[in-house]
Amino acid sequence: MNMSVDRTRDFGEYVPAPDDDIIICRCEEVTKGEIRRAVRDGMFNVHEVRRFLRCGMGLCQGQTCARLVRTLIARELGVPPGVLDEATGRAPARPTEMYVFANEKMEGI
Amino acid sequence: MNTSDVVIIGAGAIGSAAAYYLAKRGLSVTVLEKGACVGGGGSSRNGGGVRQSGRHSAELPLAMYGVKNLWPGLSDELGMDIEYYQEGNLRLGKTEAHMKILQGLTDSCAAGGLDMCLIDQKQAREICPYLSEDVIGAGWCPTDGHANPMLVTLAYYRAARRLGARYITGAEVTRLRKLRGRVSEVVTADGEVYSAGSIAVVAGYDSRKLLASVGLDIPMSPILMECIVTEEAPHMFWQMLGTAMADFYGHQSKHGSFVFGGAHGYEPYAAYDGGTRGASISVPSTCRAIIGYFPVLRGLKIVRSWAGWLDDCADHIPVMDNPRETPGLTIGCGFSGHGFGISPVAGALLADLASGETPTLDVSKFRYDRFRAKI
Repeated sequence: MNMSVDRTRDFGEYVPAPDDDIIICRCEEVTKGEIRRAVRDGMFNVHEVRRFLRCGMGLCQGQTCARLVRTLIARELGVPPGVLDEATGRAPARPTEMYVFANEKMEGI
Repeated sequence: MNTSDVVIIGAGAIGSAAAYYLAKRGLSVTVLEKGACVGGGGSSRNGGGVRQSGRHSAELPLAMYGVKNLWPGLSDELGMDIEYYQEGNLRLGKTEAHMKILQGLTDSCAAGGLDMCLIDQKQAREICPYLSEDVIGAGWCPTDGHANPMLVTLAYYRAARRLGARYITGAEVTRLRKLRGRVSEVVTADGEVYSAGSIAVVAGYDSRKLLASVGLDIPMSPILMECIVTEEAPHMFWQMLGTAMADFYGHQSKHGSFVFGGAHGYEPYAAYDGGTRGASISVPSTCRAIIGYFPVLRGLKIVRSWAGWLDDCADHIPVMDNPRETPGLTIGCGFSGHGFGISPVAGALLADLASGETPTLDVSKFRYDRFRAKI
């Protein structure tokens, strides 16, 4: 069962951090500040932040930034990172050309 | 206090749209979502088509109303870019048999007042020069389009939340409860009780077990559908694509990635577990279909695939109704895999039903008690 989370929350005024413009997701060029603001906009977990900002949706599919993003979200929410879901891994493990997939055929049956 | 004017069960695109339109009217709204995520079900697992063409005659007026009145201003209204592009829908055909199917779809849509026509190979290639020469014609609806379903859902959620809607995720409703004949409370798995003057069930296939707790049943089946997304590519075209064979559909997104869905034929037989794992035959089948219409895309890389469940109603159109025997209850389910394109209008109509207003459009075709024996 998922943990029940009431999304009604007053985060108070946004306090900019000196490193807000550091890039966290290199594939999609998403900054720390954008992730912090997305959480305050209601994106309370890795999945929502990723759909909102595209971090982790580029060529590496979050293999570089997934943990960093989760840590930033957790810090903004004031919870330990472990309580948040990790990003879901999906096939293919590496970007793969359409014609390679298309070659998969069951022959001789 | 767990009391509000309206409780909505399900935080997908349609539940969140309903929450937004209700909150905009000044009503207090509580949205209960079983998953950890807003829009974690079908709303983040569809191809993003905002299509009127090919719709059931009962759904066509809703789709046309949405395209005329709601979609064009939605990014402005919700305060974020939902990536809506209205550049038309091409439904492609490769054989005379396909063209017959397309003629039938075109005739039925034209009868409903939609601007749709059949075009030949040359006209189709003028609209989209990347088509295979095997494509001999297409059904063309210039006012169709596509949007980003994940952003639409999050935009409605974000706007509803700003208007004061209370969202609780990880709140799995296990049953509805009647008090003195009126559906007035819902109970969650962790024992919380939420009461409201009006309760709306907008929970996809899971609506079925919730409705069972007050003695209602809608004939529907869960069907597993899968999507794939490619690496980003330089921009090629904005049209929404489909085929007469329904073997693939998709579009190129604002970002440059192509988003495609497809069908390998065994979707209705997937064992329902509510999970999001795809079948191994799915991506290859969809890729073969795409390459058949767009050989130029054969070298493009797939970066991700994902699956989700749609709630297919027996007659493939939704239920949107206030059942007579359950005052206080609004049902919005059974969108049958084409709910996203009508999500703003469906949300608005459910907001009407849940607040006791006369619906903006006729919803009598979507009654819960329309399912009769065939003899």
